[in-house]
Amino acid sequence: MSDKKNIFERFGESQVWKSIFRSGVPRTRRQRMMSVLNSVFLHLHPVRLPRHAVKLKFTWCMGGLTFFLFLVLTISGILLMFYYRPTAEYAYTDIIDLREQVPLGIMREIHRWGAHAMVITTWLHMFRVFMTGSYKPPREFNWSIGVLLLVLTLLLSFTGYLLPWDQLAMWAITVGGNMARATPFVGHEGPGAALLSIGDINFINMGADAKFALLGGRFVGEAALLRFYVLHCIGLPFVVMILMAVHFWRVRKDGGISGPT
Amino acid sequence: MPAEAEKPMQEKKVSKQAKASVGEGTIKEKVQRRSFISWLAVAWVAFAAATGGFLTMILRIFFPNVLFEPPQSFKIGPPEEYEIGLVDIRWQAKFGTWIIRDSEGIYALSTVCTHLGCTPNWLENESKFKCPCHGSGFRKSGINFEGPAPRPLERYKIVMADDGQILIDKSKKFQYEKGQWSDPEAFLVV
Repeated sequence: MSDKKNIFERFGESQVWKSIFRSGVPRTRRQRMMSVLNSVFLHLHPVRLPRHAVKLKFTWCMGGLTFFLFLVLTISGILLMFYYRPTAEYAYTDIIDLREQVPLGIMREIHRWGAHAMVITTWLHMFRVFMTGSYKPPREFNWSIGVLLLVLTLLLSFTGYLLPWDQLAMWAITVGGNMARATPFVGHEGPGAALLSIGDINFINMGADAKFALLGGRFVGEAALLRFYVLHCIGLPFVVMILMAVHFWRVRKDGGISGPT
Repeated sequence: MPAEAEKPMQEKKVSKQAKASVGEGTIKEKVQRRSFISWLAVAWVAFAAATGGFLTMILRIFFPNVLFEPPQSFKIGPPEEYEIGLVDIRWQAKFGTWIIRDSEGIYALSTVCTHLGCTPNWLENESKFKCPCHGSGFRKSGINFEGPAPRPLERYKIVMADDGQILIDKSKKFQYEKGQWSDPEAFLVV
């Protein structure tokens, strides 16, 4: 009875299991290291952590919470995409339907509140990194990546803002578009835009400036809705995921999570 | 160890033989190290320029050639359709323009609030344009008098077309603070 292997032991020795988990059950120090290095998901992280790195008092787990919220938003966002149509005719009513008619109507609220929470945790993570001096060398490059990720988080919120297609959305993006209009040199009402002209021809004009490129038109219309939808669902998350991979990898390469000194 | 050391020697011999077989006449015309590196630099610059140019061309995709928007210039019918002393809001939704006729003539006001770009409402009882976003107020002339708006509403080019209709051109605008409202195209004398 005792020499007979149970089903778990037999499965653990099967080719299927061994082909996936090559280093076996991590019992020795070397095996523990190999199990991290051999996993594409784990290898971004350090093999070993200093004791202080898991202290909630020091890190607040804010970076981890931000990443968790990003995953929540990605999954809930994909589910919302099955019902939402980014057209002037359907966008607003599809949002209502997502709440009233679609099963698990709370999914839209999860996406919305998750987005609010992610902005807050991103700021708090940044605040913690600043207050613990973790932006100092050798981590200054990763701080810059983090600043880019903060900007992208805010842009994700901004582009998601238009999608409900209600009055708040329309006018919020109108205001945002007008800020682009007033950008120096690339906005047609910004300072320096008049310099980029030959004679009567303005290269930066109402039909060719930052606002026009952002909205795909002269005002917030269906072109802007589609543009923001694509940026919100594909364009910005694509960049965010690449930068996040670099961000996590650099935490390991820059000597792991900074500790109290 | 000696066996391993011999191996590269043998390869060298082979390569020397191969060189010899090419013929002495072609050796001089062979690409030298210096010129190879400079040609490589030229190639890299050309490659970078081509890639950069291509990426710049991709930016062009963000500027559509065809817009599904109302045209920038449009005809709004003969002057007789507009009553003296009234603010006409019939083109507000479609063209973003108010047509106002006073005792002297007609002018076309932009419906874009000069604060942050919302659309104010015309309040007939109070005889003012009131922006719902942040409370900016404008007189019938377009002059701002309350709220955060920093300057008066803009006026559009307004002229008479050949067929007796009023023609509005939104691509040309006139700003009060630049003294442009006295321009003959900013005001249609009827």
